[in-house]
Amino acid sequence: MSVTEVLSRSDIIRQFKHSKSGLAGVFLLLALVLMSVYAAVAVPFESLRQWNNPVFWVDLPQSAAPAWTNFGFGPKNTEHVVLRMEDASVSVSTEGGVRTVTHSYSLNYNYDTYPDDFMLIYAARYGSTQPALQVDVLRPDGNEFRIYFASLPPSQQGDNEFSARVFSTDRAVSTELRKYLGSFSYTPDHTRPQVMMFSDAVENRVLKGNYVIKETFYLFDPADSVVNSGFILGGKVYGIIGTDDLRRDLSVGILWGAPVALFIGLTVAIAGVIIGLIYGVIAGYKGNRTDEGLMRINDIFYSLPTLPLLIILSVTIGRNIFLITGFLVIFGWVGMAKISRSLALQIKNLQYVEAAKLMGQSDFKIISKHIIPQLLPLTFASIAISVPSAILGEATLSFLGLSDPSIPTWGQILHDANTAGAASRGLWWWIVPPGLMIALTGLAFVLIGNALDVIVNPRSRKR
Amino acid sequence: MGFSRFVIKRSINMVIVLFATLVLTIALLGPTMDKILKESILYYAVEELNNKDIKFPTAAERQRYIDEQVARQIKTIGLDEPWYGPKRFANTVLKVMILDLGKSNYITSDAGSPKVSDIILEKMPKTILLFTTSTIIVTVIGLYLGAFVGNKAGSLWDRLNSTFAVFSSSFPTWWVGMLMIFAFAFTYHIFPSRATPLTPPSDPSYIFDLLYHMLLPLITIVLVAFGAWAYTVRYFVVGVLGEDYIAAKRTAGIPERRIVYSHALKNAAPPIVTVVALSLAGSLSGAITIEAVFDWPGMGSLYYDAIGFLDIPIIIGITYVLTVIFILTVFVTDIIYAYFDPRVKVG
Repeated sequence: MSVTEVLSRSDIIRQFKHSKSGLAGVFLLLALVLMSVYAAVAVPFESLRQWNNPVFWVDLPQSAAPAWTNFGFGPKNTEHVVLRMEDASVSVSTEGGVRTVTHSYSLNYNYDTYPDDFMLIYAARYGSTQPALQVDVLRPDGNEFRIYFASLPPSQQGDNEFSARVFSTDRAVSTELRKYLGSFSYTPDHTRPQVMMFSDAVENRVLKGNYVIKETFYLFDPADSVVNSGFILGGKVYGIIGTDDLRRDLSVGILWGAPVALFIGLTVAIAGVIIGLIYGVIAGYKGNRTDEGLMRINDIFYSLPTLPLLIILSVTIGRNIFLITGFLVIFGWVGMAKISRSLALQIKNLQYVEAAKLMGQSDFKIISKHIIPQLLPLTFASIAISVPSAILGEATLSFLGLSDPSIPTWGQILHDANTAGAASRGLWWWIVPPGLMIALTGLAFVLIGNALDVIVNPRSRKR
Repeated sequence: MGFSRFVIKRSINMVIVLFATLVLTIALLGPTMDKILKESILYYAVEELNNKDIKFPTAAERQRYIDEQVARQIKTIGLDEPWYGPKRFANTVLKVMILDLGKSNYITSDAGSPKVSDIILEKMPKTILLFTTSTIIVTVIGLYLGAFVGNKAGSLWDRLNSTFAVFSSSFPTWWVGMLMIFAFAFTYHIFPSRATPLTPPSDPSYIFDLLYHMLLPLITIVLVAFGAWAYTVRYFVVGVLGEDYIAAKRTAGIPERRIVYSHALKNAAPPIVTVVALSLAGSLSGAITIEAVFDWPGMGSLYYDAIGFLDIPIIIGITYVLTVIFILTVFVTDIIYAYFDPRVKVG
């Protein structure tokens, strides 16, 4: 094995371009970086901060499968739809001092099953005169059902904002719907409004087509205003990846997991390899007592059981993401120290190093100018190779329930899935994506690392 | 450096590592352990007072009585000295070293004993059963597959195996475990999803039930590990097959099968033994996650539960036992390897 053959940067790049697996790794990594950028730009930061706050996610369905599962054969399940005020078309008319504000929501219902439920969100600001709320549903067959009509509760103070929800389970809704039993040629169940509203008038089946849900507010005071409105259709499928038991949108967690994993993996790998490099080079270059002592410490670290100690560290000291990164660095430098020491042992006996020594150059200068530059290509390969174990280490800690509770990580999602028994309940969309992401991230770096290693590591080049 | 000096050096190293792990563990867990102990003393003092039915004129007086009780209790069990006090620290280290692991805070053994050593001893055989069985299977598959593809380096089989090895080593084993539960317990009801057998241990059919429950975790471990294994073996076998004496054997007309599976494997054995032993020791750490996924009633599940309950005596105990096993394996491997390959002793 020799390290005398120095590869220039362009040599390395040229050889790397010939490695198919290396290029595949680069593509995977690029995809991950794009995911991270997308997460940072397009996904609201609030969703990251509120990840573990169940209140933030109440509008989403519980354990819903991804929406694309509808594209196969078999019946199409109702997709969960959340329509916010921005989605509404608003019309205002004034008649005899009464202002009528209508928020209409258009909904294309093209599924083979009935929704689980629905709810209407509303909020208004008003003074002493209470506004009234009326909800109508215009069906594709031309029928229009009024499903709710009530006045808002009296305001407590002079000026108040009242916000509430009308649920499909409200008795008022089924009472209103009873009036329309005559429009059907059979007797639908008016106590299940979500079924009756979406039923065909002639046959007992789903009526597909375009529905319009109109929330009409009657305001009696010019100072009154509508603050919020919305319509939520409770379905069985939602989003690209679906939701978990706590109604969280898993695609948000998966997306945010990418920058987190890349940060942990790269930080631990870079810090560990640099520490190991300097440590090993000093041991190898100084030799004798220093070498003996440093390598004994290295041996001790090498024999420590990593996972149990990582667990104890995060149980006692803390689970902050930066702390966990630090813990992983503690165990991440050992391998690199061994390799760089053995290479430094060879380089220090090369003639130009001895010449530099005879010229009276300081040890610091020799190490930083003559030895470390020689090891740089190997350093890059080592960084890439040690990223996967760092990511896996963090994922394992998270999986054991020892992750930073303030941000989503892939391991944490899997921990929640395991605690909820997702595997034996068949909630595959909760298990497959996060694990696949961990595996693909690891794979990207393994492929890049191995390709680099074959080029720069004299030991593997011999093969 | 002679062989005996090498052994002595390694032994000293082993003791240092053991001691360092222990001191580190206790130093990290000490404050938490003290806090938990003091809280439980306070809890029992209040509980006792409630049962005793003593009336106090004021709440302050009642509080003072409790404080007195707690202070007395703390003094009797020596908690007034902090955990890092020399007497207590040395005491704890010594106790753990001779495997006197004390009593657990919450978890008890199946037989009802709160002694940490009883609990760990009860769980250990199951962990050893699962992980030695899987290591043996992985080793056998890996050896033959590795020798097979090593002999055909560069062939389609070789490339397939390398690809599989790279992929499977990127997968977290516990995640594959979850997928296996989904596939073979939920979709196809072939195996139970929880690996704890329902039959009581006294039942004669318990052992069969246990083995049946062991199959899914076993298959998972083997599936994830054997590719990387075969890849390691292949690396060594390719090296040996390039040696001159193999070429000599070929010219002597020894059949190719015998050369590969007997001669080449035998000569590649020492480094392979090392990797086997190290992977066995390493897989014990993996036991924590795999057992947690499958709910296999071994030390790993116990550790997982102990983290959940923050049962510190058990955490210290298992960490120590795992360290002892790990370090002993590394030690024995080093010695065996040095015995076979004299070059190691010098480096």
